[in-house]
Amino acid sequence: MVVVVGKDRPGIVAGISSKLAERNVNIVDISQTVLRGVFAMIMVVDVEGSAVPLGELRRELQERGKELGVEVLLYHGEVFKFMERI
Amino acid sequence: MMKFDLREIMEVVDMLWREDLDIRSVTLSLNTLFALSDSQERTLEKIRGIRGIASRFVETTREVEERLGVRVVTKRLAVSPVEYFLEPIPTMDFALKLGGELDGVAKASGADYVSGFSAFVERGEGRGARVALENLARVMNSTSRLSGSINAASTVSGLNAEAVRTFTHQLFLMEPHAASRVSIMCNIPPDSPFVPSAHHGRGMPNSMVSVAVSGPGVIASAVRRARPGSFQQLHEVIKVSAFKVTRLGELVGRWVSEELGVPMGVVDISVAPSPKVGDSVAEILEAMGLEKAGANGTVAALALMMDAVKKGGAMASNLVGGLSSTFIPVSEDSIMSLRVKEGTLSLSDLLAMSAVCNSGIDMVGVSRSQGEERVMGLILDVLSMGLVLGKILGVRVIPLDMEPGEEVDMGGLLGKLVVAKLKDPDPSRFVSFWGFMPTPLRRLDMG
Repeated sequence: MVVVVGKDRPGIVAGISSKLAERNVNIVDISQTVLRGVFAMIMVVDVEGSAVPLGELRRELQERGKELGVEVLLYHGEVFKFMERI
Repeated sequence: MMKFDLREIMEVVDMLWREDLDIRSVTLSLNTLFALSDSQERTLEKIRGIRGIASRFVETTREVEERLGVRVVTKRLAVSPVEYFLEPIPTMDFALKLGGELDGVAKASGADYVSGFSAFVERGEGRGARVALENLARVMNSTSRLSGSINAASTVSGLNAEAVRTFTHQLFLMEPHAASRVSIMCNIPPDSPFVPSAHHGRGMPNSMVSVAVSGPGVIASAVRRARPGSFQQLHEVIKVSAFKVTRLGELVGRWVSEELGVPMGVVDISVAPSPKVGDSVAEILEAMGLEKAGANGTVAALALMMDAVKKGGAMASNLVGGLSSTFIPVSEDSIMSLRVKEGTLSLSDLLAMSAVCNSGIDMVGVSRSQGEERVMGLILDVLSMGLVLGKILGVRVIPLDMEPGEEVDMGGLLGKLVVAKLKDPDPSRFVSFWGFMPTPLRRLDMG
């Protein structure tokens, strides 16, 4: 699960998804919300075919996020399953 | 993949990202008794042999952190109590070598702590236990990642005041970093993932992975957001947060356990603070409506919170164990520390709070100028409470050449240590009685 938090502006979706494509990570779902006044974009991604390990992917996405002026977070889907569902 | 609605996703993101939710520690507990021998060299060589599994554990935990996106603050090792190893070779020299070897295991593997320089002395000291106890200061002063506990009291066996005296004397010989790695306990559990109480206890499998959760920031924020109107609503908010925090611990534990091929031990549902702003147990108490932690009502607030944490935690994991309480390590909790400095929170308050949470007096500075007897009196107070109430309680105080109210930065997770004032009246005559305190009546409930 990729979560992008920051100020909404043109180019964020393109910037993040091009990095994902570059690393062969497929976007399964994408949605947007506003979290206490802050823009948040949530992408469900499939990292099965990722060309780089998850830690590396996170660092690269964060690097890209920095260029775009947003924070990029990457969590495993299991975290949400464990914490939100019984 | 399971579908989540945005509210669910953002709630988790909020906890992990804004409210600093992380896992306090993952601990690999190892039965090291295979290394028992009457040859020093053989014992040390075999202990050295656990470096392999220890390194794999640290590496695996790092990988799980990366994959999940969840931070594990410390990685720890727990080993069989050293008193057994010192039994056939009861010398100071070997105690030092053994401590050094264990310290070396932590350093070589990248573990933050190795815990198990421990002994059980509730009714008296065996050969090995005595050597461990009498050389505690030397060993701790000469190591940096080794930790351990002296279990000097239990509801089953009584309270060994002689051992408390020896421990206090040893404590006064320790440098601050050494004293921060030892505690004296009552009813120590065999499966604690926390240092200094962690050791590979009796009745445990050969190895296991245990997890300690954290999350005061999550609970404090949830309380503030929910604006509860009744005690029941307040209880509910804390319970739900504690459930979620514990589930994260369960997940991390399961992953490390599976990857490493080592059974899962326990999830310790203790609410443990860290010196970071926004990760404080005192902050929860204050979010619950106390102007400052230490106000009248603090024990009630803590009892309510503890009950909610345990009920939420129990639902989240069927492997609860360890200390499972609310920790009040003063220096590691920025607001708790501030309240002690301000004088709104005293040692007596902390003692009263221990009646409703299994912590005791933890990470508080005491002034060397106030003398060993007063510290011994304080330890006896805490251990007696554990004895009579049937609770796990301990004392970890740091003697300093400073006066009450002064503070010193211990660095990192240990935070700012404030010197708390012990009471002026002299307890010397009472604490100088020799022997052990008889087992409490509660013992007879068991048979």
